Amino acid sequence: MCGWLLTISLLLSSAQAQQRFITVASTTSTEQSGLFGHILPAFQKKTAIQVRVVALGTGQAFDLARRGDADVVFVHARGLEEKFVAEGHGVKRIPVMYNDFVLIGPQTDPARIGRQRDAAAALKAIESAQAAFVSRGDRSGTHTAELALWAQAGIDIAKQKGAWYRDTGQGMGPALNTASSMDAYILADRGTWLSFKNRGALAILVQGDQRLFNQYGVILVNPVRQPHVKQADAQAFIDWLVADDGQNAIGSFKINGEALFTPNATQAGA
Amino acid sequence: MNGLAAATTDALELLIAGDAKLFGIVGLSLEVSLSAVFLACVLGLPLGAAIAVGRFPGRRSVIVALNALMGLPPVVVGLLVYLMLSRAGPLGSMGLLFTPTAMIFAQTILVVPIVAALSRQVVEDAWQEFHEQLRSLGVTRMGASITLLWDLRFSLLTIVLAGFGRAAAEVGAVMIVGGNIDGVTRVMTTTIALETSKGDLPLALALGIVLVAVVLALNAGAYVIKEAAERRYG
Repeated sequence: MCGWLLTISLLLSSAQAQQRFITVASTTSTEQSGLFGHILPAFQKKTAIQVRVVALGTGQAFDLARRGDADVVFVHARGLEEKFVAEGHGVKRIPVMYNDFVLIGPQTDPARIGRQRDAAAALKAIESAQAAFVSRGDRSGTHTAELALWAQAGIDIAKQKGAWYRDTGQGMGPALNTASSMDAYILADRGTWLSFKNRGALAILVQGDQRLFNQYGVILVNPVRQPHVKQADAQAFIDWLVADDGQNAIGSFKINGEALFTPNATQAGA
Repeated sequence: MNGLAAATTDALELLIAGDAKLFGIVGLSLEVSLSAVFLACVLGLPLGAAIAVGRFPGRRSVIVALNALMGLPPVVVGLLVYLMLSRAGPLGSMGLLFTPTAMIFAQTILVVPIVAALSRQVVEDAWQEFHEQLRSLGVTRMGASITLLWDLRFSLLTIVLAGFGRAAAEVGAVMIVGGNIDGVTRVMTTTIALETSKGDLPLALALGIVLVAVVLALNAGAYVIKEAAERRYG
């Protein structure tokens, strides 16, 4: 089998020149919003290091890194990130930027959650109205945040979910497509929502709650555990992300004049 | 149906605009799927022919298994290849995960059963018709399988095209082992999946039409060559 794979590799050797690259396991929200397409060319131009982004849910991104298949993890679930580092899989968690989650629903608003700020109260209203709600259900950062919000609303969603709660097990975009086609409520990150085109009758209903804050962090995969991690190049990428160049590039990414992410690498405690 | 008409226009515009990025993606799709089909033929055609003319214990079970493997779910193959090529897997040290090589490997596994199972049937039918004749000429089973493969080459072409169709159309395996990395492992089907995720359904549909057009052109080309060859050597 090895020989066979080597043969294929040789067949393709022309196509795969010795490009310097690192592999970054990141989330669908950063990739699908177009952020990487906006910031990576500048980094590659400066360092000649190609950044290969594999976009997954946050939970999957960690799995990938634990297996040693990524050099850097760039995700949004602080608790999971700290756990990843504490378990020795990652070197250090460094905050990079934030955006926020928004609670989206049909403009007709059957659960009458209104345009308020209190996200937990809104979820409570959805539950008592038994209005259709689409969940990512994929252990992503957004799913983790959604579960935390249900808990804050005093609802044990694992027990209290009924037919109205649709567990889709999909990425942000596909879950939004589902919500759009069935006029359901859904929690989404603002970045993906802003770049999402198939909105149908959906609109942002609740935003601005402190609990909807969504911090992104970057972690170098521990080279002691995974000796093949491209430590120097991966560190160069992380350093660039949190220095002025990277932070400015992130801040200048806009869709329809609206910034999707706010850089905050220098903010203490982020 | 308005959507489809608009998407067709978009697809034509994409093709006419000659977007370098789109051509890169189409090129990689063809490179991966054609390589996989080539390898699958190198493995699958002799395998199918050998089973067709061979007599060995458990032959029927092998045939049933081979036929069943035609229905291998791409996602499962992708997962298996991922676990094999992952750094934590047995072939991890080769560093092949998220490369076109990994994608070719996965698609080859998907296509081999199709080529082997269908060619087994075609060769076996011919073998039943001609085996006494071949035997009387003193041809060995090995020789017979080679002769039959060659004689049946025009019929086998359809099988090869079926295998190509399977490879070019699947998204589950290449998504997992390729990672859909922009400019490195992004092919037509994973691009379509991505644009669908972004909710850009018209662009996704337009890309789908481009994919169908490419597959159609390839099939038309194969048909023309086959016709010409049949007239000349038939």
